Amino acid sequence: MAQMASTATLPVIDKPLAQEVNPSLVTGNLSYHEVTDQVCEIVEGKVHRNWYIGFAISFSIFMMMVSMLGYQLFTGVGVWGNNAPVAWAWDITNFVFWIGIGHAGTLISAVLFLFRQKWRTSINRAAEAMTLFAVACAAIYPVMHTGRPWRTYWLFPVPNLDLNMWQNFRSPLMWDVFAISTYGSVSAAFWYMGLLPDLATLRDRAAVTGDKTRALLYGVFSLGWRFSARHWTNYEKMYLLLAAISTPLVLSVHSIVSFDFATSVIPGWHTTIFPPYFVAGAVFSGFAMVQTLLLVTRWALGLENLITSKHLDNMNKIILATGMIVGYAYATEFFIAWYSANQYERFVFFNRAFGPYWWAYAIMVSCNVLSPQIFWVKSLRTNVAVTFVMSIFVNIGMWFERFVIIATSLHRDYMPSSWGYFKPTFVDICTFIGTFGFFMTMFLLFLRFIPCIALSEVKGAMAAQAHLPGHEPVKGTTPVHAGGHH
Amino acid sequence: MDLIQISPAQNATGKKYWRSLNELSGTRGFTDWVENEFPGGSEILDPGSRRTMLKLMAASFGLAGLVACRRPEMKIIPVSKSAEDVIPGKPALYASAFVNRGVANGIQVEVHDGRPTKVEGNPMHPNSQGAASALAQASVLSVYDPDRARTVHEGATASNWAAFDKAAASLVEGFGAGGGLRILSERTSSPTLLSVKGELLKKYPEAKWAEYDSLDGGHAIAAAEMVFGQRLQPVYHFDKADVIVSLDDDFMGEDAASIEATKQFSKKRKVSKPGEPMNRLYLVESRFSITGAMADHRLRIKSGEVLQFASDLAVEVGAKTALKVLKPGDATQKWLTAVARDLKANAGKCLVTAGPMQSAQVHALAFLINQSLGNIGSTLTFSKAIFEPAQSIGELAKEMGAGTVKTLVILGGNPAYTAPVDLGFGELIAKVPASIYLGAEMDETAAVAKWHLPMAHAMEAWGDARSTDGSATVLQPQIAPLYDGRSAIEIAAQLLDGKAKKSFAVVQGYWKSVSSAADAERIWRKGVHDGVMPGSAYSEVKVAFNAKAIPEVAAASLAGTELVFLSSNLGDGRYANNAWLQEVPESMTKLTWDNVAHISPKMARELKVETGGLVKITLGSRSLEIPALVTPGQAEGSVALQLGYGRTKVGRVGEGVGVNVGLLRTSEGWAFAQGASLVATSGSRELAITQEHHSMREPDMPGRPGELRPVVREGSLEEYKKQPRFAPEVDHAEEMFDLQGGHDYSKGYQWGMAIDLNLCIGCNACLVACNAENNIPVVGRDQIRRGREMHWIRLDRYYTGTEEDPQAVMQPLNCQQCEAAPCENVCPVAATVHSPEGLNDMAYNRCVGTRYCANNCPYKVRRFNYIDWHKNITPVGEMVHNPDVTVRMRGVMEKCTYCVQRIQEKRIAAKADPAGRRLIRDGEILTACQQTCPADAITFGNINDPASAVAKAKAEPRDYTLLKEINTKPRTSFLARLRNPNPELKA
Repeated sequence: MAQMASTATLPVIDKPLAQEVNPSLVTGNLSYHEVTDQVCEIVEGKVHRNWYIGFAISFSIFMMMVSMLGYQLFTGVGVWGNNAPVAWAWDITNFVFWIGIGHAGTLISAVLFLFRQKWRTSINRAAEAMTLFAVACAAIYPVMHTGRPWRTYWLFPVPNLDLNMWQNFRSPLMWDVFAISTYGSVSAAFWYMGLLPDLATLRDRAAVTGDKTRALLYGVFSLGWRFSARHWTNYEKMYLLLAAISTPLVLSVHSIVSFDFATSVIPGWHTTIFPPYFVAGAVFSGFAMVQTLLLVTRWALGLENLITSKHLDNMNKIILATGMIVGYAYATEFFIAWYSANQYERFVFFNRAFGPYWWAYAIMVSCNVLSPQIFWVKSLRTNVAVTFVMSIFVNIGMWFERFVIIATSLHRDYMPSSWGYFKPTFVDICTFIGTFGFFMTMFLLFLRFIPCIALSEVKGAMAAQAHLPGHEPVKGTTPVHAGGHH
Repeated sequence: MDLIQISPAQNATGKKYWRSLNELSGTRGFTDWVENEFPGGSEILDPGSRRTMLKLMAASFGLAGLVACRRPEMKIIPVSKSAEDVIPGKPALYASAFVNRGVANGIQVEVHDGRPTKVEGNPMHPNSQGAASALAQASVLSVYDPDRARTVHEGATASNWAAFDKAAASLVEGFGAGGGLRILSERTSSPTLLSVKGELLKKYPEAKWAEYDSLDGGHAIAAAEMVFGQRLQPVYHFDKADVIVSLDDDFMGEDAASIEATKQFSKKRKVSKPGEPMNRLYLVESRFSITGAMADHRLRIKSGEVLQFASDLAVEVGAKTALKVLKPGDATQKWLTAVARDLKANAGKCLVTAGPMQSAQVHALAFLINQSLGNIGSTLTFSKAIFEPAQSIGELAKEMGAGTVKTLVILGGNPAYTAPVDLGFGELIAKVPASIYLGAEMDETAAVAKWHLPMAHAMEAWGDARSTDGSATVLQPQIAPLYDGRSAIEIAAQLLDGKAKKSFAVVQGYWKSVSSAADAERIWRKGVHDGVMPGSAYSEVKVAFNAKAIPEVAAASLAGTELVFLSSNLGDGRYANNAWLQEVPESMTKLTWDNVAHISPKMARELKVETGGLVKITLGSRSLEIPALVTPGQAEGSVALQLGYGRTKVGRVGEGVGVNVGLLRTSEGWAFAQGASLVATSGSRELAITQEHHSMREPDMPGRPGELRPVVREGSLEEYKKQPRFAPEVDHAEEMFDLQGGHDYSKGYQWGMAIDLNLCIGCNACLVACNAENNIPVVGRDQIRRGREMHWIRLDRYYTGTEEDPQAVMQPLNCQQCEAAPCENVCPVAATVHSPEGLNDMAYNRCVGTRYCANNCPYKVRRFNYIDWHKNITPVGEMVHNPDVTVRMRGVMEKCTYCVQRIQEKRIAAKADPAGRRLIRDGEILTACQQTCPADAITFGNINDPASAVAKAKAEPRDYTLLKEINTKPRTSFLARLRNPNPELKA
């Protein structure tokens, strides 16, 4: 109580330190009010025709996935192309791909927060939403790739009379269960926490315009947020705590996912480099996906002032850096394969590059290692079109990275007699495309119902403004405490 | 107790009953809707082979009703009153025989509550000695084949036995002296059938009895007649021969008597200690057979050149003086000289054999060489032929064409499909006024015969047959005919007086008639029980050789490409509807569900065709298109074609599978034909091959030549003597600690297996035995193409040496039952765990199907139920299942269990031994693969018992485990392959 009281007595900071504000992060000389209006109107205003078109397409693709999964559920996992020796193929590739994408959200919201990177504020909301939807997409696969999906609850240590025993805690798949469920729940909590002030803003704006249904719904979900100093204090502490909890998750989730492979005995999987390599790859692919989404959002919703070329520049730098880490990992794998003098290990890597799946490896290297090198040039880093194309390249490259790791290691392992080849079926392909439908459906709903930019946070990246009487947009929605994260 | 009164007709067409909602929803409309909604369903449920295939092991419900509701025909004891010695749930074993092309292989049939489920070799039979072939193992599935003929047909209309019996009675009245009566039988050694034949020919002196076997021309007996003046059966004693030369004789593979040959051969192949001797096998052949894979030296020449080779070999060993056919400096000259020298050095303990497709002249030359080397009487003896002379199918066809045949009775064999194409046999049958065909299926012959009678399966009727040495076995039925069939003996006997006969009466009548009255009953009972009629074996016949009878061999010019016709997994086509055999990978090529033209890599390059590419083969005026398979080791200029495929009328499994190469097979070029031509045509076919031509050497990559993987380890007999531990020494892995730890394997039973790669011939008997024992599903061609075969034991074949003229090795690979199993720790739900006895157990009910275990298995022996392979199984199809083994549902993983159900059975027996509780004896538990192995390559038992056979095998210096360096500590180990090359030919 004492602490709270002391916080409450702090004077309102109405003039943040000048050096903390980078004018390139919010351009157009916007006032707090204009920022609020611009973002809230996306949610409150008339729905654009393009949104409906986009939603119709996304939802149809989502439904295609549902029907594919239904078909699979009733027929068996054999509708996919998985076989022996490639018992995991697109399923786990897609799982790792989507989990990886989720990483950017957590990195942006938690790690960059702890490192006081102001530029995160324009993109963290959308990136976190992306994380949640990506984790949801990813979660489809561990459930549906099993032979008996109706039994996958056996993977959770819940009391049940069917199994009546503990799970096998030595299995990396069990570690996955905990890693991903923790990740999903912490990410959701973090995201929702951050949403509270903005939901309350929407509530209050709805109350003013007299839209009672909206006011009620946003009211319920804003959990009684009143913009009181005490709320802000608790909020800041909680945000900090969740950021601190999330930060190790950025590292742990993909490390643990990589254990699925690293702890096995299969050459090409059994590698100690995997945890950092996977994390770097995840951040790499996550940022690419953030770029893909935000560039479209920015264009469609006219948010050029809030998502600026500075943001692109920063994200492209991260893409360049992580891309090179990934490239270094590819090189290290080859070196270690040679240095180990283990014939199986050596063969696997030569087979990756020159075997039947050479094309997948070539796509992976050109998309992930070679193409990001253009980002050494600043003008290309800040170019919207180049960034967009590159983000697609990286997404493709990182999907192939997972495919290369999984399929090429399995298809030719120890016993030459059992070597095989994997070809996807149309169900494989449609299910994967369908996950994008699900992802985009969720993202479009997010854009429609939730402020896609964290209002309270982005203002922290703006120069402080006087609270001019009459400029108060809605009673109670004081955009105070800007820059209050420290 | 009125169950028996339920009318079959009502059941088949009356009210529809459903047992569950699933069944109700499994209506035509529902499945159609599902398929149309998702066109991809057609991929999985391929309309041709796959979908029908899923139904294949099953009969329809209506049929099931028929089966269950027959009126009793004979008085039998109801199970509720219990027959003597029948313990419910405990299987009974019945001695019988599997008759392969007229030759008996002694078997025991395991019967669970009245249903035959499994075939084992009969240990009391002198030839099979407990082993059974892949064909014998699979024969049990045919009992439940839903496509077997079910009713008598007159023309195309369904009739019944009463109508046939009436018709037969009036036919018989009109036979007179039998001038218009011809009987065409399969080649038979059945004493009863042959005695009926004798009676028939006595009663109808002008009638003739013809025999035809599509895969054996009877040339060995013909050759004996040529040189000895009497019809004699050569009996080979491979167990006495130190050097064997096979002239195109796949004696361990396609030969009818391969089981006994393999048993004998492996006795001389077994090397327990360094320094022990081993036999040496030379083989001359065109296509790469499994016997060729066992050979120490293999010479690939055209099948048509074997005659010249045989003649030259005879000259070389000094058996005859005529001019040699080979020109000096010929490539094979060196080979020939070395072989001849080796033979002469081992005179009296060597053996030269000739293949059943080679001419009588080659067989006679082989006899001559054996004679000159003093082998006759030691490694080769002669006894009375088990087959009797009969009219040939060619002569019969001539008579049929001339219209002199009024009544033709065909006793099995489907000659309309198997007969040489130039005879036009199917059309000839249609011309005969009264043709009666007894056949198991509604096949090509049934379509043209006037009467088609359903033939009883060998497990449904009494019969008998002889092995090559003459020992006769009485075939006991294990189940009443499911589809109302009759046997060949019954139909033949019916021709005597027009009255229907029961096989039991005829067979027993014959055997009682040949024994003295006082002893008849005892001999009959003992013979039936043991599986061998006492005193039925023929004694050795001393022979006088007439070398002059062998015609001189002239150098023949073999122009054009040679076509060689071979047996296949489907025999002569009779097993085409047997899904197990369709799915058995062909031993050398690992091809399933298809036949191909085997061409050499060189020919493939010349034709610019790759595996799967179609080639058009033209021979004279006939031609056909068939996919090519590039087969290392195939002789240049020779194309091997496997018979038995391309059946047009057989049933849902075999119809349209492969190409009928018999359409190129004339009476002239019956075994092999010269002067064919091949061209590649556009188009190709994706073949269902379970193992590509990967060798143990990794493929070369840019910047890295492939290294050899020490999978199958091989050394010469000489190396083994010098360096006994050559095989395990390949592993330079240090002792590693075990991350998982915790298991104490020092106490109790610890099960282990040792597989002697030096003995394994790769004959697939173990694979089919495992199918039957462990209820392994059939997946079909499409799923094999997707790499989803389910066999728990696979036979890996690796080529070594050059692509053109390689050697090959076989390696049976089942679950290695690792002590530190990589599959176990990755399973999230602990569905695969270790037993205290060292078994890697699968708990199917606990498995959710993540397939992680399969990925992490370095031996890739785990098999996953990707879809419901048993989806359309019906009660009759289920009858073949072994009740001791769970039938796995879709979505779960499965793999070899070391036949854990057999371990438990013997454990219970040991605990409940009337003499007191005891330990399980060594050798008491036989795994299914081990029990049937004709080469005795597999040993299994308690490795904690140093006196056990398996512990001794594992103590041999050439014992090694696979992938020692990853510390999986497999319980299955391998004894390295040995070869015994002739030093003269080494360079």
